[in-house]
Amino acid sequence: MTAITYREACRQGLREALIRDPRVFLMGEDIGRYGGCYAVTKGLLDEFGEERIRDTPLSESAYVGAGIGAALAGMRPIVEIMTVNFSLLALDQIVNNAATIPHMSGGQFAIPLVLRIATGGGRRVAAQHSHSLEGWYAHIPGLKVLAPAVVEDARFMLAAALADPNPVLIFEHVMLYNIEAELDPAVSEVDIERAKVRREGDDVSLFGYGNGLVKALAAAEILAAEGIAAEVVDLRVLRPLDTATILKSVAKTRRVVIVDEGWKSGSLSAEIGMRIAEEGFFDLDAPLRRVCGAEVPMPYAPHLEDAALPQPQKIAAAARDLARPPKGSQ
Amino acid sequence: MNKVRLDHAHLHHLLRQMIRIRQFEAKCVELYQAQKILGFLHLYDGEEAVSVGVMEALRPEDAIVATYREHGQAIARGIGMDRLMAEMLGKLEGTCRGRGGSMHIFDRATRFYGGNAIVGGGLPLAVGIALGDKMQGRAAITASFFGDGAVEEGEFHESMNLASLWHLPLLFVCENNLYAMGMALERAEAETELVRKAAGYRMAGAAVDGMDVVAVEVAARAAADRIRGGEGPQFLECRTYRLRAHSMYDAQLYRTKEEVEAWRKKGPIVRFYGWLLDNGLIHDEEMRAIEAEADAEIEAAVAFAEAGSLEPVAELERFVTMDRVPA
Ligand SMILES: Cc1ncc(C[n+]2csc(CCOP(=O)(O)OP(=O)(O)O)c2C)c(N)n1
Ligand SMILES: [Mg+2]
Repeated sequence: MTAITYREACRQGLREALIRDPRVFLMGEDIGRYGGCYAVTKGLLDEFGEERIRDTPLSESAYVGAGIGAALAGMRPIVEIMTVNFSLLALDQIVNNAATIPHMSGGQFAIPLVLRIATGGGRRVAAQHSHSLEGWYAHIPGLKVLAPAVVEDARFMLAAALADPNPVLIFEHVMLYNIEAELDPAVSEVDIERAKVRREGDDVSLFGYGNGLVKALAAAEILAAEGIAAEVVDLRVLRPLDTATILKSVAKTRRVVIVDEGWKSGSLSAEIGMRIAEEGFFDLDAPLRRVCGAEVPMPYAPHLEDAALPQPQKIAAAARDLARPPKGSQ
Repeated sequence: MNKVRLDHAHLHHLLRQMIRIRQFEAKCVELYQAQKILGFLHLYDGEEAVSVGVMEALRPEDAIVATYREHGQAIARGIGMDRLMAEMLGKLEGTCRGRGGSMHIFDRATRFYGGNAIVGGGLPLAVGIALGDKMQGRAAITASFFGDGAVEEGEFHESMNLASLWHLPLLFVCENNLYAMGMALERAEAETELVRKAAGYRMAGAAVDGMDVVAVEVAARAAADRIRGGEGPQFLECRTYRLRAHSMYDAQLYRTKEEVEAWRKKGPIVRFYGWLLDNGLIHDEEMRAIEAEADAEIEAAVAFAEAGSLEPVAELERFVTMDRVPA
């Protein structure tokens, strides 16, 4: 078995989708001749041609809206938006059209559209390129929101998203494109319903997604060295949330740290915490804790950006407090 | 009428400004390779004549809105290289305390309203700045720089319409360098004569050779004069070329080396310098002196930036909201 990168996994998923279904086509900025701003779509133009690998002008609202329209007309568009900050120019189309038409039309129309959107901080590209706004999209009924954090999900979530009759947003964290892993040859599909335990443990549950999952796993290593067994749960599906898997882990460890690169106020972490409070309150032995992005527009200076993002040490510290409360606090 | 002076001092000034920009950026490349500048770095190599020429038509009270490719505008506007370089290095002494970096230069003193990294994102702001100035009876105009790619965005069209409808003192400066990242203009625009967009908004428009600094200055002065004379917003398409990658890394699969080389020969500095030489308006030693002077200025800026400090992490949340409107 050979390892492949997350980027290559995304590319293989796209290629397979294009081969399998003639209704599938790609639209986005610089996905063709340039090869994709993160090189995910490299080579696809040569293989599939300009009709199916469509370079678009810088017109986010128009080509995302066109993706919705093409889906209405029977195609299976996969639209790429370079960075979640730019998706805001298409927010109207996503929220007012893609998310509403099936319900508003009384079920006459489905929108089988996939949007791939890069997200997240860490690349020193400051406040208009680095945010994690997937939590906003997870607020919207009518959308499904995915966050592949491992190579296997990067490879196979797309097929599941295409098979879904709804608009599905796939958020690819920019810091993950270069991670490598071997794919299990026995696996050829993944679900897009359930969260997944990526590491078992009994002492504390760490919930995360995207690059936050990677950091939670790093925190679990730190904790393991101290004799604290953290369970790490990959949320994977941000909407609809898999509350059952979350509650199961809570019942097992009774202690919770939620990691979210998004801003704390009104965040996905707030939603998860509240679900635990509503449905798992009596399973808890300690208050809920969160490690979130600092509530600032992302600064350029590296030391400030690092301080603004969740880091393994901070996650470990939060977990340590819960698993081994300082004397006198409980 | 605000004529272009073709005297020796002015011509040398134009050359000096372009060289200052070019050499500042050459140093930025070095610092990027040394990983002192991080993130994205969009160079202006080949386009210097645009910001230098346009800036000559502006007055201190005028406002500027630029893009992420704004080192040229910032330097030509007169923002000190020391504070610019400190910003590039993420230092507290930078224009924005190191929070903005290369793509987000802001400078209140020179009415420099950013460095905007959302394509087209600066245009509506420029409309509002021009509106605010007009409503308060200020004689200022606003110059908004943007690329050919921005013309593809709805924000461009909405801004053109608003500016024209409200008769605002706004100069639209389109830096048409034929590419938006890897997207060639003719693959992105149904109408590639960008100057023709103006007519759709009943706005006066002109296209100029953006590789010719004097031509840009003449055209910008004419447009600025019309705005100041009450004729409303103007559209100026500057036809230029980006000689380097879009940002630092870019395989440039979308264009040929020959194409780039052909444009390099038409570069604004070689061309202007050649013209000055041919007309006996400069000597080789004068050119060397200008370069040496720029180098010295840049060395001092780097020293200033390197000696700078990091903003304390404790101040991270400062200015997320302001406690007052700065006077
Ligand atoms: C809304 C938005 N979409 C996409 C991008 C990514 N992007 C950054 S620069 C750029 C090209 C812009 O080209 P142009 O406006 O011609 O300016 P140039 O870079 O050529 O100076 C693109 C696509 C962005 N920053 N903002
Ligand atoms: Mg351009």
